[in-house]
Amino acid sequence: MGRIQLKSVTKSFGDVQVIPPLDLTIEDGEFTVFVGPSGCGKSTLLRLIAGLEDITTGSIDIDGSDATDVPPAKRGLAMVFQSYALYPHMTVRKNIAFPLRMAKLDQAEIDRRVEGAASVLNLTDYLDRRPGQLSGGQRQRVAIGRAIVREPAAFLFDEPLSNLDAALRVGMRLEISELHERLATTMIYVTHDQVEAMTMADKIVVLQAGVIEQVGSPLELYRTPRNLFVAGFIGSPKMNFIEGEEAAKHGAHTIGIRPEHIAVSDSEGTWSGVVGVSEHLGSDTFFHIHETGLADTITVRADGEVGFRHGDRIHLTPRADVIHRFVAQGLRIE
Amino acid sequence: MATQHSRSVARLMMAPAVVLLLGWMLVPLTMTLYFSFKKYLPLRGGDLGWVGFDNYVRFVSSSSFWPAVQATLVIVGGVLVITVVLGILLAMLLDQPMWGQGVVRILVIAPFFVMPTVSALVWKNMFMDPVNGLLAHLWRFFGAEPISWLSEASMTSIIMIVSWQWLPFATLILLTAIQSLDSEQLEAAEMDGAPVLKRFYHIVLPHLSRAITIVILIQTIFLLSIFAEIFVTTGGAFGTRTLTYLIFQRVLESQNVGLGSAGGVYAIILANIVAIFLMRIVGKNLDA
Amino acid sequence: MARAVTPRRKSLNTALAWAVGLLIFFPILWTILTSFKTEAQAIASPPLFLNFNWTLENYAIVQERSDYMRFLWNSVIIAGGSTILGVIIAVPAAWAMAFVPSKRTKDILLWMLSTKMLPAVGVLYPIYLLFIRLGLLDTRGGLVVVLMLINLPIIVWMLYTYFREIPGEILEAARMDGATLKEEILYVLTPMAIPGIASTVLLNFILAWNEAFWTLNLTAVDAAPLTAFIASYSSPEGLFFAKLSAASTMAIAPILILGWFSQKQLVRGLTFGAVK
Repeated sequence: MGRIQLKSVTKSFGDVQVIPPLDLTIEDGEFTVFVGPSGCGKSTLLRLIAGLEDITTGSIDIDGSDATDVPPAKRGLAMVFQSYALYPHMTVRKNIAFPLRMAKLDQAEIDRRVEGAASVLNLTDYLDRRPGQLSGGQRQRVAIGRAIVREPAAFLFDEPLSNLDAALRVGMRLEISELHERLATTMIYVTHDQVEAMTMADKIVVLQAGVIEQVGSPLELYRTPRNLFVAGFIGSPKMNFIEGEEAAKHGAHTIGIRPEHIAVSDSEGTWSGVVGVSEHLGSDTFFHIHETGLADTITVRADGEVGFRHGDRIHLTPRADVIHRFVAQGLRIE
Repeated sequence: MATQHSRSVARLMMAPAVVLLLGWMLVPLTMTLYFSFKKYLPLRGGDLGWVGFDNYVRFVSSSSFWPAVQATLVIVGGVLVITVVLGILLAMLLDQPMWGQGVVRILVIAPFFVMPTVSALVWKNMFMDPVNGLLAHLWRFFGAEPISWLSEASMTSIIMIVSWQWLPFATLILLTAIQSLDSEQLEAAEMDGAPVLKRFYHIVLPHLSRAITIVILIQTIFLLSIFAEIFVTTGGAFGTRTLTYLIFQRVLESQNVGLGSAGGVYAIILANIVAIFLMRIVGKNLDA
Repeated sequence: MARAVTPRRKSLNTALAWAVGLLIFFPILWTILTSFKTEAQAIASPPLFLNFNWTLENYAIVQERSDYMRFLWNSVIIAGGSTILGVIIAVPAAWAMAFVPSKRTKDILLWMLSTKMLPAVGVLYPIYLLFIRLGLLDTRGGLVVVLMLINLPIIVWMLYTYFREIPGEILEAARMDGATLKEEILYVLTPMAIPGIASTVLLNFILAWNEAFWTLNLTAVDAAPLTAFIASYSSPEGLFFAKLSAASTMAIAPILILGWFSQKQLVRGLTFGAVK
């Protein structure tokens, strides 16, 4: 079981309140991602849940009982740190066994669980090495192994993939997702990368300056961002924002249209502009369009085969049913 | 991570070190200050009462004061120049690719581990002895008259001995600093067409400036109080009586404690002036 | 800065560096060589380098005449005792400053450093007087305390810089893993800190071994360590080069060997972490 409930939680460092009153429920078995720009308070929130920081006011319930004053080790949570935080002087085996040793499990049980975790994570051949002799991806697995063996109520991940190179990151992303499918344990995952959030999460919590901007499934956030911040943060490339006259036509202060929702044509369309930089990804091509009279740059996605050149004047047509409308304060107009 | 409980535990853990050092600093310092305002001759009448700033005035107006200041400055200055200049050259040499780098490093560092009394005595007798010393042999080999080093060239001799002891320190620190220089910086300068000397002047030297400052400050503090080297070689004769040695003689040899204590206060003030600069650098580094 | 260079350039570097290295090391080498000569060979003209009859008699004479072992034992006790005592006092202090820092931590560290800058001669008489009053003059215990105090700031500083390099996340991981404070210190912190503590011990042992102000001024016979033993060769025995060399070699050999192991830590210890 791993249902975590934050009730009016706040956190202040000295006079600075980094988390204003915040309520959030994470359901049992859910993969929840905290996402937001750096300094948005997502790591602090995770550390509050872990018990590594004391909350200033409010309470945290884990599985229905108040855990606010329970020390980190007794909360039944396991954490995977950004730097992996492996014990450099212990072998992989001892690293993974450490929480079990602290829990005073008997040796046979420790061995059984360590072997089990090692085979799940493909670490069996490395059990007698030290962290210093492992690659980044292997260290990451050891850190996960150390979390798994505790059979925790929930896993906490603090930007676990940010120290890995791009190719490895994609692989580990899949491994963590698979692990979640298999264990069906609650996972809370902190990242600043919206791609990680979209691909892994059951539920995304978008944070900015300690405030929850929106909570929802990846597609909810993509389809109906609650405000300009979420609209701009979720989706890649970023949503185009248009203000002024064009927005007024739709009865809004700002309208947003995603690059993939604009059709391009060399002959006709609602808007027109001049092609600047084109980014060819093979499957898709992204064009940066200037001189549209709408915004500095409008980004559009076209099929990979579309071959406009720098300086061509082309025409754009937004899909009317997916134009997002916002008021001046940023909130969405339904 | 820090809770109220861990704070009070931390204070308790620091207490022994802090209390001991506080005592070590305050008790003798207060006593030195106390004696410096007294006429105090333990072997000739003991405590002869308060004399105000008499000792301070007498210490600086005695005929040995200015020569002592001069000797101190010449030794400190001479050793600093020699160790820093040679240290930079040596550090750059040791940084070059070569065979047996580790062994050479060990050879160069070795003098730092020789106890001061040994190095002073070995130099004095086996190298600087005017009859049997190795330098005398060398002089004779070239047909020159051997020099009686410690009486005729006393300051040069002391500076040589002390420089030999401290060159490894300067070299080691400067070498560490050079090794932290990003080689891409030098390569960039090379691409930009800077010749070797210009690269040294515009890139290596500025990079080393902090390390050089630290070498100068730390050495100054230690050099101001060199003692054993003079104690076993000249015993303060032939113009090698430094401020430290002068105070030592006043206090322990002639047992004029009041006068010596006043000198001690001067020495403390002098050392503190240097120390303030060092602490600034160290303190800044602590924030980073 | 090390880059690939031509073999010619590398040979040149090697030759030059070895020449300079041997020149700097020469006084030590010469002392060691002379210690194996007879007195006559030691002052032979021209000087003999390797072509002499190697003998150990100087070592025997020095031991017999001046009881080398007693001075050595004093040096070991004084340097070892002051280092161990210092580390015992410094470890908790450095731990607290590194892991529970407060606003005043920096001030305390700098203040400790400032006590190291106090010139010994400025407090010579008070210490001398206190030693007489407390019956500590010419005792090993007294010197252990004084050398511990003068090196304590360096010990605290070195340990502090080592402790600070232990990442906080590892200690947090241990706490998440259910380690109590005691277990955290025992199983995680101490094993990670041992290399740092060992270097600190080594460097401070060397500094205490070579300390030659207090050891000369506060000892006479009973507690005199090797620094004083050598100073006693000042004259007229110093004119017996071979015996002087034997005595000197015995005084510096143990520490030269230890020193070579500690050269990396030397920089950190003596610059208070300002140069790494």
